[in-house]
Amino acid sequence: ATALRFRPNRMPIDEARTPLDDVTGYNNFYEFGTGKEDPAKYAGMMRTRPWTIVVDGLCDRPGRYAIDDLIKRFPLEERIYRMRCVEAWSMVIPWVGFPLASLIKAVGPRSGAKFVAFETLRDPRQMPGQRSSVIQWPYREGLRLDEALHPLTLLAVGLYGQTLPNQNGAPIRLVVPWKYGFKGIKSIVRIRFTDRRPQTSWQMLAPREYGFYGNVNPAVDHPRWSQAKERRIGEFFRRKTLPFNGYGEQVAGLYRGLDPRQLY
Amino acid sequence: MAAVKRPVRPALESALVWLLCAAPLLLILWWGFTGGLTANPVEFVLRELGLWGLRFLCLTLAVTLLARYSGMPRLMRFRRRIGLWAFAYVTLHLLTYLGVAHEFDWAEIATDIAKRPYITIGMGAFALLVPLAVTSADAVRRKLKPRSWRRLHRLVYLIAALGVVHYFLLVKADTRSPLLYGAIVTALLAARIPSWTGARARPAR
Repeated sequence: ATALRFRPNRMPIDEARTPLDDVTGYNNFYEFGTGKEDPAKYAGMMRTRPWTIVVDGLCDRPGRYAIDDLIKRFPLEERIYRMRCVEAWSMVIPWVGFPLASLIKAVGPRSGAKFVAFETLRDPRQMPGQRSSVIQWPYREGLRLDEALHPLTLLAVGLYGQTLPNQNGAPIRLVVPWKYGFKGIKSIVRIRFTDRRPQTSWQMLAPREYGFYGNVNPAVDHPRWSQAKERRIGEFFRRKTLPFNGYGEQVAGLYRGLDPRQLY
Repeated sequence: MAAVKRPVRPALESALVWLLCAAPLLLILWWGFTGGLTANPVEFVLRELGLWGLRFLCLTLAVTLLARYSGMPRLMRFRRRIGLWAFAYVTLHLLTYLGVAHEFDWAEIATDIAKRPYITIGMGAFALLVPLAVTSADAVRRKLKPRSWRRLHRLVYLIAALGVVHYFLLVKADTRSPLLYGAIVTALLAARIPSWTGARARPAR
């Protein structure tokens, strides 16, 4: 990992940051296996340079963007966010990155663009987990354009001040702090603007269990467990899960008029 | 010399079996002291204890077959002990679920049992396991007719199957491991079919 230059965090959070060992040692990144320790063991096989992101679909400046150009072009900043996994555990992670909105504005979405679709690298030689079809590769995620443009939505390239470890989604991943962790797609190789709601991996696998929105919502249980509480990594007793993971003040407006029970 | 040696071997065997049965628990405890329980110890211990419960159920089923077909009838001496260790791991799994994962929040637990089939099935499997553990004691066993005892203990087939279903229903996407256990339990039960049909063919005694 190399040190990154970034603007320090401007959104203080009075919760302890999850130790680096836990952030980098306990991951869901099925491309490297379905065990929580698999990504730390096997993600070293992934080459993260050179790395380009294909931007296409309904935008004015589609093309191939090199990761290092993006890091030079957009000022990096630290964001300390809560991360709530759909499996009812959580962390507090100091990310380093730039708002997704900066990239979107730079490529100029057309008026028809309503959604942004993302894809992870697909390469079974570098990602041994892809040799079995636990999910349909490549991993896919998506956001509504207004969600993607929200100032909290981050493209992270680092954590704890250093470049992103592979197991956390190097070299670039999405972080949407009011949504469950599975929305935070890792190792992104493609960003596409579209007029219709894109397919997302977990919805394709189990539509009854994982919604498109994936908003953290303690009122809507996962069919197999309650979402009312969460276990913060490093703590013994569970905490109450907050609506929108505690970011409701900033994001609830995005969903005005939608049935909150649909927002999971 | 021989007279001295003879009792040593069964005692050694017995100690070895005991140690092997306790090994997973000792390993979990060791990890607990050395920080090896992952970033999410509660989830990890819960999962490990459940897995060992299922593995020991499989072992219990396997012992009968091994004793019968591999010419090691003496293995049968250990079947009860292995079965009781299965009960121990399942009980510790349940206690971890109740006390640690859910902090004895009975309302929450009741909702879980009522709403979530894999919890309902897990609880059912445990409830069926209790009478088997109780009737494994010699004093209790003697009070039952051998036939009723055998019939009762056939419940273990159902319990192992329920254990697999419980496991299958709880995984998110990767069903390979529960399917493997499903195959193992199926094979262990299928291997008994010849002796069942054989028993029926034999004249009644």
